[in-house]
Amino acid sequence: MTFSYYPGCTLKTKAKELDGYARRSAQALGITLAELPEWQCCGGVYTTAKDEIATKLSSVRALEAAKKEGNALVTLCSACHNVIKQTKYALDTDDDMNFKVSNYMGIDAREACDTNVVHYLEMLRDVVGFDELKKKVVNPLTGRKIAAYYGCLLLRPGKTMQFDNPENPKIIEDFIRAIGATPVIYPMRNECCGAYVTLEDGEQAKKNSSAVWESAAGFGADCIITACPLCRYNLIKAESEIPVIYFTELLAEALGVK
Amino acid sequence: MHNNDKEQILRSSGVNVLKCMRCGKCSGTCPSYEEMEYHPHQFVYMVEKGEIDKLINSPSIYKCLTCFACVERCPRGVEPAKIVEAVRLIATRRQGENHLKAEDIPCVVEDDTPGQLLVSAFRKYKK
Repeated sequence: MTFSYYPGCTLKTKAKELDGYARRSAQALGITLAELPEWQCCGGVYTTAKDEIATKLSSVRALEAAKKEGNALVTLCSACHNVIKQTKYALDTDDDMNFKVSNYMGIDAREACDTNVVHYLEMLRDVVGFDELKKKVVNPLTGRKIAAYYGCLLLRPGKTMQFDNPENPKIIEDFIRAIGATPVIYPMRNECCGAYVTLEDGEQAKKNSSAVWESAAGFGADCIITACPLCRYNLIKAESEIPVIYFTELLAEALGVK
Repeated sequence: MHNNDKEQILRSSGVNVLKCMRCGKCSGTCPSYEEMEYHPHQFVYMVEKGEIDKLINSPSIYKCLTCFACVERCPRGVEPAKIVEAVRLIATRRQGENHLKAEDIPCVVEDDTPGQLLVSAFRKYKK
């Protein structure tokens, strides 16, 4: 099965391992990730303002390119996924946005961007299936206690993202079970790491991120997994006492392709 | 001089501030609560009352993390973060009012700084 693939800026630089392990794992699972040619940066964060159009056009172009290729669009970084999915939702639900984007791009935007946006984890759950994934595991991570850190952007806003229950998600825990490890449920798993405020107020980000890793460690986790490079960066900067790694690294390890 | 800031905020955000019942859940769940001079629920009623200048000039507009917790958890669907975003855009769209400037970057960037951090900060702090 083939998907168009949107890696995003940071997966080409500081988060190469998030991308590399995902590609190798997809190959092992019989899935082809065809990177979109000439994709543009999503901008990192979605602007909710209805009169912000230009800042959403890179996502429009990604949606349009995948539609032309006839594929669903797989994302991996939480932020890219959030921005592209929210842009798609705005095109579908906001006539003024659709009107302006259509005029600017010279397309019928709603039609041209009618692309299914699928996060890599959703692909594992809905396309591969966690039961099938479990059968393909050659190196089960038995005995490892893993804390899933969802953060904000995969889950919220729930009505737009439709990823999982935003207050009580289970997709990453189900993933952890599929690769043979034990999920650790902890209260801060869907709270914010501090995001971009770290650039101007490191202390605030440290406070937010410390609350996350201390919660995970306190509930007995020996490792935290995430899909977001900025979450990982902030937790590490907050001197997490347990490793913070990308979920794709554990996937690759379990599939024997690390 | 006639001031359209309130109307601009209502249109840009798409928020109906009159739906707010002032339960304070948005502020209770906000990860930046302690750092803010004005909190999410105050943004909503201050916009309703037209006290826009206080908000535009407050550092609070740069404290929202776009985590969507208040959007998700508001029992009335008010979505306060959209108000904060619209107020901040009034500030950053003014000429010379960028909160973050490109020339500031070399001083804050480190070897491990992810590109995602820089593009996100520029998106929120600069026009």
